[in-house]
Amino acid sequence: MGLTDLTITQAHQGLVKKEFSALELCKAYLDKIKERDREIFAFLTVVENLALSQAKEVDDLISAGEKIPILAGIPSAIKDVILIEGIRCTAGSKILENYVAPYDATVIKKLKGEKAVFLGKTNLDEFAMGASTEHSAFGPTRNPRDLTRVPGGSSGGSAAAVAAQECIYALGSDTGGSIRQPASFCGVVGLKPTYGAVSRYGLIAFASSLDQIGPITKNVEDCKIVFDAIKGKDEMDSTSIDLNSKFQNPNYKQIPNSKFQIRNLRLGVPKEYFVKGLDPGIEKLVKAAIKKYEEMGAKIEEVSLPHTEYALPAYYIINPSEASANLARYDGIKFGYSVAKPQTNTDTLLDVYLKSRGQGFGQEVRRRIMLGTYSLSAGYYEAYYLKAQKVRTLVKNDFEKVFKEVDAILGPVSPILPFKIGEKVGDPLSMYLVDVYTVAINLVGVPALSLPCGKVGQLPVGLQIIGKPFEEDIILEIGEKFEQTCQK
Amino acid sequence: MITRKEVQHIAKLARLGLTEKEMGKFQKELSKILDYIEKLKKVNVSEVEPTSHSTKIENVMRADKSLKFKVQSSKLMELAPETKNGYLKVKSIF
Repeated sequence: MGLTDLTITQAHQGLVKKEFSALELCKAYLDKIKERDREIFAFLTVVENLALSQAKEVDDLISAGEKIPILAGIPSAIKDVILIEGIRCTAGSKILENYVAPYDATVIKKLKGEKAVFLGKTNLDEFAMGASTEHSAFGPTRNPRDLTRVPGGSSGGSAAAVAAQECIYALGSDTGGSIRQPASFCGVVGLKPTYGAVSRYGLIAFASSLDQIGPITKNVEDCKIVFDAIKGKDEMDSTSIDLNSKFQNPNYKQIPNSKFQIRNLRLGVPKEYFVKGLDPGIEKLVKAAIKKYEEMGAKIEEVSLPHTEYALPAYYIINPSEASANLARYDGIKFGYSVAKPQTNTDTLLDVYLKSRGQGFGQEVRRRIMLGTYSLSAGYYEAYYLKAQKVRTLVKNDFEKVFKEVDAILGPVSPILPFKIGEKVGDPLSMYLVDVYTVAINLVGVPALSLPCGKVGQLPVGLQIIGKPFEEDIILEIGEKFEQTCQK
Repeated sequence: MITRKEVQHIAKLARLGLTEKEMGKFQKELSKILDYIEKLKKVNVSEVEPTSHSTKIENVMRADKSLKFKVQSSKLMELAPETKNGYLKVKSIF
């Protein structure tokens, strides 16, 4: 087994047993990036010097006989919307091409505390808007399983980097499927945590009521390790939640980890998820996975989420509305791309706004700003934004009702297989429709895991396991059971 | 179908400088997306309260104490395209 085949636990044991050094491990991944990333283009920035110095620190700790945290010395990749102090952070946009992060995101601070190693920053759809990573201002990432196809998006660089063994794990962000869908397309594991489980401080804001940071990993065990390292309340994000507080809720029923029994588990399968538009190959694999759970003893129940069909249009009002407000900060004055040049007085303030934003933002970002501004503008607010928020309530009620009957929900991640590069880029609506199984989860705020459940030809397919709020531990455990049967 | 004039109006509200050609493109694309969103008309929401946030937390308080800003302000100023005497410089309004 080569160094780039290792999981987090395996690499950690190798470091502790001194089978290899953190520096050797780091160099193996840097070499892999040099060898493979020319064709995949998962990385926008590789920070070789930072990675090597972080690895050296871990080696020093090991030779001093210190006990090291599990993520110490483990090479990782970070989606380029998460700030690392002193490192360029582009959000895949020309408008932030030369932006150097002035501080660390909370998740980065936490990982630095664990002595993590950062190899670099990964490609994404501009400002995380997209499902293919083709909307990056710096060019598309290719799917390592088939180089003619997209890796999914928006965290396509992170998922491709893990799949191509250019890092052991990566961080992504998920606003409407941006961790789960690329994980599914690249055949790796991705977790969208409950809204509030992970601090968003230092994550470049996209749609603030939907955004969450989460791990993309080789397996479920690694996913749990990374999630545990980054979760928790943070005074810098008032929407983050003290995870212990859930135990104060009298309605909260905990399945004790140690006595997790698959036969006590009730799993819901929404009938609205298996309808026209779902690729028959994906349907077959997802149903086979559900069957496996049944064979393991879980109780499978058909459930109904009647507003499923309305979640997507509601999302495509709420998401651009929040985005248009968040992206107002790119004004050509405070930071980022600007047409304002010292000693030229030809432009007025309005010119600076119009030109900096018009030239700095790409197609999809402008489209969403337009859509969001329209939905929020006088005369349309009630018909669009307010209506969408009310539909959001109905979607949420659907899930709350189903979660009274079942412990988790199973379904597909994507209705279609990884598509060809260029296939959908000219038709924005067809790109939006790819998100049909993922956006409702962000509207409702619940956690969901994307787990490989087979392949159609060479193309990976993901199973989605959706849990109750703050029950990441349970969906991870459900995922692990499936992984174990696949290995048998 | 959204009109050309509406597209111009929205672009101005959003402070996005668009070319004539782009106006035409957005008119077509936005119309198609808005047609799809029309689907929501079928949903009855007469008795439904809006949801702006999935978690039920509100009014997160902290002690009314001044804290030292943790980021070095010079680092933030370095990111600005134009500064003068430690201030951001802005072009004239007219």
